[in-house]
Amino acid sequence: MTVYIMCFILFLVGLYGVLTRRNMIKIVIGFSIMEFSCFLFLAMIGYIENGLAPILKEEMENPVYVDPLPQAMVLTAIVIGLATTALLLAIAIRIYKKYGTFDIRKVNELKG
Amino acid sequence: METLLSILIGFMIIGALYALHAKDLLSALIAQGIVGYGLVICFLNLRAPDLAIVQIVVETITLVVMVAVVLNSSRKEVKESWNRNKILNIVTSVIIVGFLVYIFAFMIQPLQPFGDHSMRMAQYYTQMGAESTGAANLVTGVLFDFRGYDTLGEATILFTAALGVVTILRSKPKKESAS
Amino acid sequence: MNGMTQIVKKVTQLMSGLIFMYGLYIITHGHLTPGGGFAGGAIVAGGFILLILAFGSKVISLRKEETQTSITESAALLIVILLALAGLFLGVHVFFNNYLPQGQVGELISAGVIPIYNIFIGMEVAAALLTIFLALVIYKEEVAS
Repeated sequence: MTVYIMCFILFLVGLYGVLTRRNMIKIVIGFSIMEFSCFLFLAMIGYIENGLAPILKEEMENPVYVDPLPQAMVLTAIVIGLATTALLLAIAIRIYKKYGTFDIRKVNELKG
Repeated sequence: METLLSILIGFMIIGALYALHAKDLLSALIAQGIVGYGLVICFLNLRAPDLAIVQIVVETITLVVMVAVVLNSSRKEVKESWNRNKILNIVTSVIIVGFLVYIFAFMIQPLQPFGDHSMRMAQYYTQMGAESTGAANLVTGVLFDFRGYDTLGEATILFTAALGVVTILRSKPKKESAS
Repeated sequence: MNGMTQIVKKVTQLMSGLIFMYGLYIITHGHLTPGGGFAGGAIVAGGFILLILAFGSKVISLRKEETQTSITESAALLIVILLALAGLFLGVHVFFNNYLPQGQVGELISAGVIPIYNIFIGMEVAAALLTIFLALVIYKEEVAS
């Protein structure tokens, strides 16, 4: 149970970064950290003590495999994570070109 | 296994905290690399080699792109001097975090202890998966046969994200047809 | 965009072939060993990114390349959808049906349509990641000029 709580603390660290930092790159980093903790949590749910990686082998009597379903889900989620991070970065550098800063408070002030 | 994973996640938490507090954005990105590559080692220990391969490549590409973005613009951290509504912000954050902790403590009750996963759905996948799909790698079998819809949705999201990046970053409208 | 020094170029020449071959191996053996379309596609995209960063390129050829990767991405996704739709008409009428013969577990030619899905998903992932990277590089060049 300890690892689940550690994983949740990692999620909270990412949330803290998103809530308190004012630099857009730091916010992107915070989102990545939250993503990583979610992947880790899902991968840990499917783990079985002394299990084998879910790849079939010959000559084994009653092998115990790790649950392949969360792994398949996380596999797709990782690639989506890269795409969304790239999208956030694109928005960030677009804002940087317009306002000359990564500070999101400046964007608020200069709006109207 | 649980102790090893706890130590690894502890390192990842330290890396994440440093990444969020570094003065220089470049060192923040390197510290985010600690979290990403620590995740690779965690996946390897959790018997998930597919995830480890994907994560190590994706983390490298993310770092390359982020470092390129940071070097191309400013790498200075903005000043964190904000006094307006400070009490309101702190109260809101505490309420959100308290709510999340409550939900987490509530939802973690029905989970099995770590390493003792009860295989209801996966029982079928691990026993019959190879016969019904013919793939020796069970993850690929689940990904493309049993859960094909998820893969299709993922490919669509990736396509949409690439389209979004191209649309956002186009600086001037393409009038000349020289594409 | 300028290239890097001679040392980097030489090492890239030596390494890039191996990287591509590893990516193709990961894609085509996705149903037997760890890996598959997602991992292999990301590796192939990484190889292309290495080549572009090391050798540099002109904006016009980068634009042409971006158009090509965009077309590749769309076509690969379309082929995946068509392959899935073919399951509606062959065998049991189910979307994403595995309608080809499955063969012996553990052989290279086995598992029905899964290797074909792997190949096209790999193409899709590689082309999408490369499109994102090329869009960023072209934006940087346009801002600099």
